[in-house]
Amino acid sequence: MHEMSLCEGIRRVVDQAAAAPEINRVTRVRLEIGRFAGVEKPALEFAWEVVMRGSKAEGAALEMIDLPGRALCYDCMETVEIDHRLDPCPTCGGGKLMPDGGDEMRIKDMEVI
Amino acid sequence: MCTVCGCSGSTVEGHSHDHGAGHTHDHGHDHAHAHAHGDGHHHHHHDHGHHHHHGAHGDIHFGTGAAGVAVGNMSQERLIEIETGILSENDRYAAANRARLAGQGVFSVNLVSSPGSGKTTLLCATIRAMGGDVAVIEGDQQTSNDADRIRETGAPAVQVNTGKGCHLDGHMVGHALDHLHLHDDATLFIENVGNLVCPAAFDLGEDAKVAILSVTEGEDKPLKYPDMFTAARIALLNKVDLAPHCDVDLELYEANLRRVNPTIEVIRVSARTGEGLEQWIGWLRSEAAAKRLAQAAE
Repeated sequence: MHEMSLCEGIRRVVDQAAAAPEINRVTRVRLEIGRFAGVEKPALEFAWEVVMRGSKAEGAALEMIDLPGRALCYDCMETVEIDHRLDPCPTCGGGKLMPDGGDEMRIKDMEVI
Repeated sequence: MCTVCGCSGSTVEGHSHDHGAGHTHDHGHDHAHAHAHGDGHHHHHHDHGHHHHHGAHGDIHFGTGAAGVAVGNMSQERLIEIETGILSENDRYAAANRARLAGQGVFSVNLVSSPGSGKTTLLCATIRAMGGDVAVIEGDQQTSNDADRIRETGAPAVQVNTGKGCHLDGHMVGHALDHLHLHDDATLFIENVGNLVCPAAFDLGEDAKVAILSVTEGEDKPLKYPDMFTAARIALLNKVDLAPHCDVDLELYEANLRRVNPTIEVIRVSARTGEGLEQWIGWLRSEAAAKRLAQAAE
């Protein structure tokens, strides 16, 4: 989904968080990305290099932490973890699952020097 | 350019977006900033009022800070916690829209679908059948055709052209609201760009997303694009008058919608014959009434 736009959103946050004059450079940025967030990771990595050019985070390592996909099964009413959006319920095999987590797109932290 | 803002690429119909000629718009931003201190692990969050304006080329200029000025005596790597959603800027605009609409007692829906599902035709039929206080924000990449069609019904409409953008966002809708003649207690329809992917992720400040799926699109559409149908509270299965001619299985459409969203409401409608419109308008009115009741109770 529009990974370039997401990256530009990240850049705005990172630029502001790194605006203090005593920060020379951002060396690493960690994101938390849920399985159902619809983020294409290779596309985000590609956009990262391009979008961060000219910022304090140019050349910074991008780390993406996967967060599991969670869903509420409407057959057994359990909250379960699933890898793919259309997977059946691992507990009861039911097919009606409502996502209940895993759509996160968060900038967790960054390392600066 | 300001992508979430979409400022340099999008235009609001009838509103010249010439930022160079004395029109600057300032956005209030609240950013949680974490400042790490070399002498400890504590950090605190400040809310700063930031103002930036868009220059003639859509550049964003933040008014403060000496970014790029380096002080050479720090070499130790430090961790700065951020914990900010990537779409948090959009979410702030959406929250502002939501508060503004609530203040006016307006009930708003965000209509999402693939291109050609019949959104605008259904909307025109809905407006004619409602006959009351409604207003429309139309999102498309290009042309004001849809807003023109809406205005033929007598309802006020503002067209937002997203340029290259594939979805409306909270900021564009905020601009559009500035230009829309919206009565108190009206119903606001926001017709999103025809796209079953990106609009799912962008909150506009609406009360509910309404997915429109036409019977010519294929029963497995909800399985192919689950995010959108999961985000929607209600699905309108449109063009049901064509069902007998298209060998479609309406039950399978509904089953697939409920597979990706067990709580979704489904109404079968036809803008052409008027089938289901009464039920759809009934849903709008009862949701609007429930919103006002909840607001009054607060």
